[in-house]
Amino acid sequence: MSRLATTFARLKGEGRAALVTYVMGGDPTQGDTAAILDALVAGGADVIELGMPFTDPMADGPAIQKAGLRALDANTTTADIFAMAAAFRARHPSVPLVLMGYANPMVRRGAEWFAAECAKAGVDGVICVDIPPEQDRDLGPALRAAGVDPIRLATPTTDAKRLPAVLDGASGFLYYVSVAGITGLQQAAQASIEDAVARLKAGTDLPVAVGFGVRTPEQAAAIAAVADGVVVGSAIVDIVGQEGATAAPAVRQFIEALSGAIRSADREKAA
Amino acid sequence: MTEAIPNSPLPNSLRSYPDAQGQFGQFGGRYVSETLMPLILDLEGEYRAAKADPAFKAEFDDLLANYVGRPSPLYYAERLTEHLGGAKIYLKREELNHTGAHKINNCIGQILLARRMGKTRIIAETGAGQHGVATATVAARFGLPCTIFMGAVDVARQQPNVFRMKLLGAEVRPVISGAQTLKDAMNEALRDWVANVHDTFYIIGTAAGPHPYPELVRDFQSVIGNETRQQILAVEGRLPDMLIAPVGGGSNAIGLFHPFLDDADVAMVGTEAAGDGVDTGRHAASLTGGTPGVLHGNRTYLLQDEDGQITEPHSISAGLDYPGIGPEHSWLHEIGRVKYVPVTDNEAVDSFQRLTKLEGIIPALESAHAVAACEKIAPTMGKDKIIVVNLSGRGDKDIPTIADRLGVAL
Repeated sequence: MSRLATTFARLKGEGRAALVTYVMGGDPTQGDTAAILDALVAGGADVIELGMPFTDPMADGPAIQKAGLRALDANTTTADIFAMAAAFRARHPSVPLVLMGYANPMVRRGAEWFAAECAKAGVDGVICVDIPPEQDRDLGPALRAAGVDPIRLATPTTDAKRLPAVLDGASGFLYYVSVAGITGLQQAAQASIEDAVARLKAGTDLPVAVGFGVRTPEQAAAIAAVADGVVVGSAIVDIVGQEGATAAPAVRQFIEALSGAIRSADREKAA
Repeated sequence: MTEAIPNSPLPNSLRSYPDAQGQFGQFGGRYVSETLMPLILDLEGEYRAAKADPAFKAEFDDLLANYVGRPSPLYYAERLTEHLGGAKIYLKREELNHTGAHKINNCIGQILLARRMGKTRIIAETGAGQHGVATATVAARFGLPCTIFMGAVDVARQQPNVFRMKLLGAEVRPVISGAQTLKDAMNEALRDWVANVHDTFYIIGTAAGPHPYPELVRDFQSVIGNETRQQILAVEGRLPDMLIAPVGGGSNAIGLFHPFLDDADVAMVGTEAAGDGVDTGRHAASLTGGTPGVLHGNRTYLLQDEDGQITEPHSISAGLDYPGIGPEHSWLHEIGRVKYVPVTDNEAVDSFQRLTKLEGIIPALESAHAVAACEKIAPTMGKDKIIVVNLSGRGDKDIPTIADRLGVAL
């Protein structure tokens, strides 16, 4: 069983949702990422998404755009990202780690190369924003062969007719992008999230994690009550943007607040 | 205009691409976020239906004739021909179209598709502002609100076009991300689109982006090649020996080339913007100086580093200042059907001035790149040979750039 499957199964047993947290690798510099990743874990994050910077992040809002630019300005390379992942894996043997980014840096040296590096660095899954199921052949087969989960995205525009195509070949978890838009801006109405999660869970046994626009412990708790996971990204990236190289304590504090809210929400749900 | 051209390509025809996956060989495809994917599939379905609908074609042809002013002339450039002393040179006069370039052909087609799909808002990206002006024009003509994304650097250096777009009723939104030029404008348009998929149609300005855009833009621009074919047969009784067109994204070039792809005796040359020279690193020649990768919805040749980060292009021509190229061109390059040659800023500026003086036609800097290639090639060909150069746009917009280059204060 993969670390993702193990973690989601364990949390399900505990009756709570996973806190999935995103930070940009190399933001503000390569040397700062390890402490920030450790702060995520120490604060109570269950799954880590490590962003790969890209010059042209078409699906991201201002927070993650700027984070990517900071990382690239600090000369963060693909090799640096894998070094961060491998070092994280050595420090945290059981915490799931997922790479998230865009197709071009992932396929630049060939999908097989990328998948092999993921496996070598202890990366458990990959979220590629601009490889939809129709282009799965570009990356999916290589990841599966290397034992890395290709994590698919579902959105409000993914209708019932299309959902089976999204689920075909998906593993790890299903990432529900709760708003049609870019990262970090508006949040979806709670009712629409509940409907969507119910619809997705009717079609798959994969855990469903919900993200986009989740910024506060209250929002995270509300989503945790209906989904298997809550994804928080831009709000954390904003803290790194403000605090810079010394962001780790503030990040940890914020993650503790999110994690605490999710745990108490799930306790109420259980009770 | 297009009735003489067979509608269904023969098996083994170079004109039968893209395939069902939207690919031209290994290039093209649909690299978009899941949010956009259903819309891309809808667009493809709607485009198939429109293509089969005689009423759609009739309205498109009528607007091209009476609004755009087609057919554009195929003009024998007698003095340029004499000056070069080789092949006979014809200019396809796309610069005489309404709004001054070939861009309007595609915009007419896409806004008709937008209306068919019930979309009520138009967005587009622009570099120099030519596609922005053409989009704002058709949006005005069809009474649809329109937002144009334009890099802040380009907004500052293309003020007349910015004002034209505003006069036409468009909102011009300056983009402050990245290098604040065309590539960043396209990123921002994609971000707007993903947030407004329910009511917004994105009129992409070149034969690039996710399938079916490269195909439909090419089809709308193929009016250029279809007319050229009829016109040259009428005056010369035969097909030309060579076609030359400038290539940024490559929509005017593919529009000229595509109807001739299966005519093995017609050679084709696309000119890429070599900026200061391909060996200087300051250029926009994706095929000559780039490698295949994925950007803006398609796999194609890109200017990129070893990690797949996109590098900044450079060209004196804002319309060619883009780090990619349409996927069909990447394929035609790889199979060798079209030869792509680099042309530097200096060469384009020289040819800009020469054509202006010899023929009384001020070409767009983009088109001047094709004229420059023609000036090198024509003298090596016999006087019995025929070259057609696509004069894709007029150069009024470039007067300040040329003045600056020549050290003249306006």
